Amino acid sequence: MHVPDGFLDAPTSVAAGAIAVAGLALCLRRARAELDERAAPLAGLVAAFVFAAQMLNFPVAAGTSGHLLGGALAAIVVGPWTGAVCVAVVLLVQSLLFADGGLTALGVNIVDMSLVTVLVGYLLFRGLALLLPRSPASVVGASFVAAAVSVPVASLAFVGFYAVGGTTDVPLGTVVPAVLGVHVLIGIGEGLIAALVVGSVLTVRPDLVHGAHGLLPAVRLEPAAVT
Amino acid sequence: MTRRTTAFVVVGLLVALLLAGVVSFYASDSPDGLERVASDRGLNAAEQPSGVEESPLSGYRTDGIGDDRLAGGVAGVVGVIGTFAVGTGLALALRRRGGEPDRRGRPAHQVDTGPPR
Repeated sequence: MHVPDGFLDAPTSVAAGAIAVAGLALCLRRARAELDERAAPLAGLVAAFVFAAQMLNFPVAAGTSGHLLGGALAAIVVGPWTGAVCVAVVLLVQSLLFADGGLTALGVNIVDMSLVTVLVGYLLFRGLALLLPRSPASVVGASFVAAAVSVPVASLAFVGFYAVGGTTDVPLGTVVPAVLGVHVLIGIGEGLIAALVVGSVLTVRPDLVHGAHGLLPAVRLEPAAVT
Repeated sequence: MTRRTTAFVVVGLLVALLLAGVVSFYASDSPDGLERVASDRGLNAAEQPSGVEESPLSGYRTDGIGDDRLAGGVAGVVGVIGTFAVGTGLALALRRRGGEPDRRGRPAHQVDTGPPR
């Protein structure tokens, strides 16, 4: 879903950049509360894993592919504030080293793929977790739904920017169903990957899943030894 | 960091290296959802190449390596190491140290185990 340079006009790109900077500044400040001795080493791993997973495009329809965005997954594993920072790190590295996503479009890409997916994914995850019985299966199920929904919502965030300052004049009545339709399909893949990863981490180290804290009272916690 | 957590991070990193360095070769080459819609519907009429199109890793292909599998794999490995380094560095710079409490006054080592029952 990386937006290249030239899709959006300069004022819209600058505005998106300002939103991205403000949002990330808040995330960096609040991430501190999530990053204890246990979680800090995981943040780098989450960023690296999201980068790797984003290289794995899977086919969704004839001649069209999708890949993990990772915001919901990152938020569930390391917490929403840290998760948003992790995905932003991935987008920054992709934009600067790999020419994936434009330089002027970096703000739009951070808003769509980091801030929006984390916000939507984490709120939905917490909401579902409150409704469902407290069990590992609920955490995995809530992860699927949260991640799956985060993708089409992120694609609508892009459409919002396009509506404000797209450099072309394609009617929104054409853009919305086309963008939304394909991203609903990609969202299913996103949900499956997120559920698989959250389920795997829950199996080996349930104490490392931020979103499961307080939901799985039987979790045996590792003694907090300081090395 | 305890030994078990170190082991978890090392294994996770190896998985990421394997995915980006090897498995990525088998990923779909088709344009992603947004690229496809943009070219089908003409949203990309004013698209410009990225300012770093000349980067040696541009497009996840390493310059100067002829073999496709290796050119993509090297780019993937560099990306995994780079994102891990930046992410870990930021987290270490931000983290709460030792017994410094979080904003709810809980010490750093105490994990929220939910409401008392």
